[in-house]
Amino acid sequence: MEIGPIWRTMLRNKSSYVLIALQIAVTMALMVNAIAIIQERTRLMGRPTGIDEDNIFTFNSTGFDPNMDFQALVAEDLDAIRNHPGIDNAVMTNSLPIRNGGWGQQFQTEPGTDVESVGTGIYFVDEHGVDTFGVDLIAGRNFTSTEINWFDPESDDMWPSVVIVSAALAESLFPDISYDEAVGKTAYVNSVEPITIVGIVKTLQASWPSWEHIENASLVPQKRGATSARYVVRTEAGYRDEVIPQIEKMLAESYKGRIIRNSKTMTEVRNDAYASDSAMIKLLFFVVSVLIAITSLGIVGLASFSVTRRTKQIGTRRALGATRPAILRYFLLENFLISSVGVATGAILAVGLNMWMVQTFNLTPLAWYMIPSAMLVLWLVGQLAVYGPARRASFVSPAIATRTV
Amino acid sequence: MFRYYLKLGLLSIRRNPALSALMIAAIATGIGACMTIVNIEYVMGSNPIPHRSDVLYYVQVDSWDPNEAAVDVDRPPRQLTYTDGTALLEAREARRQVLSYMTWRVVEPEDSEQLPFQVQSRSTSADFFPMFDTPFVYGGGWDKSADDNGEYVVVINKEVNETLFGGEDSVGRTVIMNGDRYRVSGVLDTWDPMPKFYDLNNQHFGEVEEVFFPFSVSIAKELSSNGNTNCWKAPDSNGWEAFKNSECVWMQLWVELHGAEEKQNYLAFLDAYAESQKALGRFARPLNNRLNNVTEWMEIEGVVADDVQVLLGLAVLFLAVCLLNTVGLILAKVMRRAGDISLRRALGASRRAIFVQYIVEAGVVGLVGGFMGIAMTWLGLQGIRGLFGQSRMIDHLVQMNWTMILAAIFLAVMAALAAALYPTWRACRIQPAALLKAL
Repeated sequence: MEIGPIWRTMLRNKSSYVLIALQIAVTMALMVNAIAIIQERTRLMGRPTGIDEDNIFTFNSTGFDPNMDFQALVAEDLDAIRNHPGIDNAVMTNSLPIRNGGWGQQFQTEPGTDVESVGTGIYFVDEHGVDTFGVDLIAGRNFTSTEINWFDPESDDMWPSVVIVSAALAESLFPDISYDEAVGKTAYVNSVEPITIVGIVKTLQASWPSWEHIENASLVPQKRGATSARYVVRTEAGYRDEVIPQIEKMLAESYKGRIIRNSKTMTEVRNDAYASDSAMIKLLFFVVSVLIAITSLGIVGLASFSVTRRTKQIGTRRALGATRPAILRYFLLENFLISSVGVATGAILAVGLNMWMVQTFNLTPLAWYMIPSAMLVLWLVGQLAVYGPARRASFVSPAIATRTV
Repeated sequence: MFRYYLKLGLLSIRRNPALSALMIAAIATGIGACMTIVNIEYVMGSNPIPHRSDVLYYVQVDSWDPNEAAVDVDRPPRQLTYTDGTALLEAREARRQVLSYMTWRVVEPEDSEQLPFQVQSRSTSADFFPMFDTPFVYGGGWDKSADDNGEYVVVINKEVNETLFGGEDSVGRTVIMNGDRYRVSGVLDTWDPMPKFYDLNNQHFGEVEEVFFPFSVSIAKELSSNGNTNCWKAPDSNGWEAFKNSECVWMQLWVELHGAEEKQNYLAFLDAYAESQKALGRFARPLNNRLNNVTEWMEIEGVVADDVQVLLGLAVLFLAVCLLNTVGLILAKVMRRAGDISLRRALGASRRAIFVQYIVEAGVVGLVGGFMGIAMTWLGLQGIRGLFGQSRMIDHLVQMNWTMILAAIFLAVMAALAAALYPTWRACRIQPAALLKAL
């Protein structure tokens, strides 16, 4: 083949080729790592919260009238919301998955202060919690209405004695048994207070999107609060946007000693939670596209130069019998060799950069297929970029050889 | 000669418009990407209170779980318990000290036509305003006696003053919050510290509170924090008293200390305080008290987000690709003119002359690239605004200042010169008359 002569020709004029190879290498390092970050963020954003995201919205009722009867108000509100047309169910709770702000607690399987514990997000709900959230109860049972009490700050009441946990939490509490066997098991909260697991839900995320144990969450049967309530409402499919203003208006008018504020659909909660991730993804996509454009334009520019400079040589070769495809092949092959050096160096740079980022910023390491795929892409980009100038070279007339430039 | 070379440079740019455009665009894009991120990092990490940042110290004492550090690795909790916060505040061992936390209130306008509205408020003590040098339009902060007597006084910001009092001097007038009547002691002028350094436990770039009122009042009203509250141990029982006496951390203490000696003394005082608590059976962890000034505390809390640092690394590599691209193109250009250079050298031009000529030419490319780079940075920042949406932080981030503009030009010229150095050196090495035969 022609590789030998092409390689030796390149070695006679190294610097331009080295520069292009280096450019391809750095492009590859950057591209691979940017795409790795994009993949990671896409994975994070794709995790389900476990609740019926399409039909849920939430808002606050903040009381300011010192004489308000909060507990009676909550009962009236919930009654009114649940009976409103277009609404499936509603519950008062403290937070929602990925809302960035909520209640956390440690659970453990043995009582005592010196025992390993597992963190979990806590949602205080009544017996409508499971249905309102739309979580999938895969083992055990829901709370009964007799298990629901108002938390009384003046009393010595303990933590409620039953809990529904996510399958992930059941598995981290009891790693040796399957999650459905965890029903009926006892865990401890606040070091010593026993709680019995009565139900398991398939997926329920905690309130903090960047928390490493986000899949650990629990439903606790209790109503809490003194002035301010967060309501979560699940509407019939398709009615969400329509009923939000109706509910706001209804509650604002039913009692003037409070303000209704911060209505948000679960879709908005999700967008807020991952706003910076989604921005990062778009930003990196843009960077990678511009980068590939610049590198391929650079290849086009240099190849054009080299064709112009070698016009006479090409003419001579044509005059000596080289066919057009042979000339075309020459430039394509030349570019393939440069790209190969580039992507080989790029592979090393990419892995090095990734190792540094993994160490400094706790990113996930590269997937194995990233390097070969990036190599393929860059080979292809190089061939496409060089094709134009190479075709032009193949049209150089053999007669050029007879002229002095 | 310089003007002649400048003319040659411009001519050469015009001779290959497509190629020159590519070089300039590459430099401009590289500079644009880099400067956009540098600008963001600069704003995120900038000192919000430069004239006082080295006399204000954030206080941490280690009251945490004997079995586990509050923050990896071996760092004390980020906030204080009520017990420690009030004890340190009342000890008054520093020149000034301020204890505070964030809470929400509902303001009821006296004019019944207006709807009640919720405000973000900060429960704090008298020294807050002089320590953080807050600007006032009317009046000022309250004094220590108001703290001690639990007086219902309030400092409101300009917007709340506009809503309630139409922007008039409202000092001495009344604001009703959650049924209680507060006397206005001052109206804050626009105060916009970036980041919100005095409370990095919550959002680093969160909004400044709209209303400030005495700590003693909020404790009497049993208001817990609307910011982070963390407990390593549950309170002994339910209710406010138990919560106040619990090991939950929820408030922040800043002290004002001038010079190393005062800092040393205060640290000694903190250690003595921790020892006294150990004697009471608290503070089971080893002594681990910390004083950090504003910039140190910002660094510890990681105010410049990891994402921005990753982006900065990628942007620098991006600039490297753009530069390699430019080096390759300039080299190709120079090599194509090898004949010219050879001829000039044969006619007596010195290497120096050739060097200056090509460096000037590259400098011109760099300068044009730099100016375009500023435009690209502006575009980049607009893009960031589009991506992240409107907020206090983004509005700050997307403002370019002169430092950044000069830095962009400087970076562009340096980049272009660095890119030109190798090709120019190659040009200088071309032998006189070596290529004349080919001409």
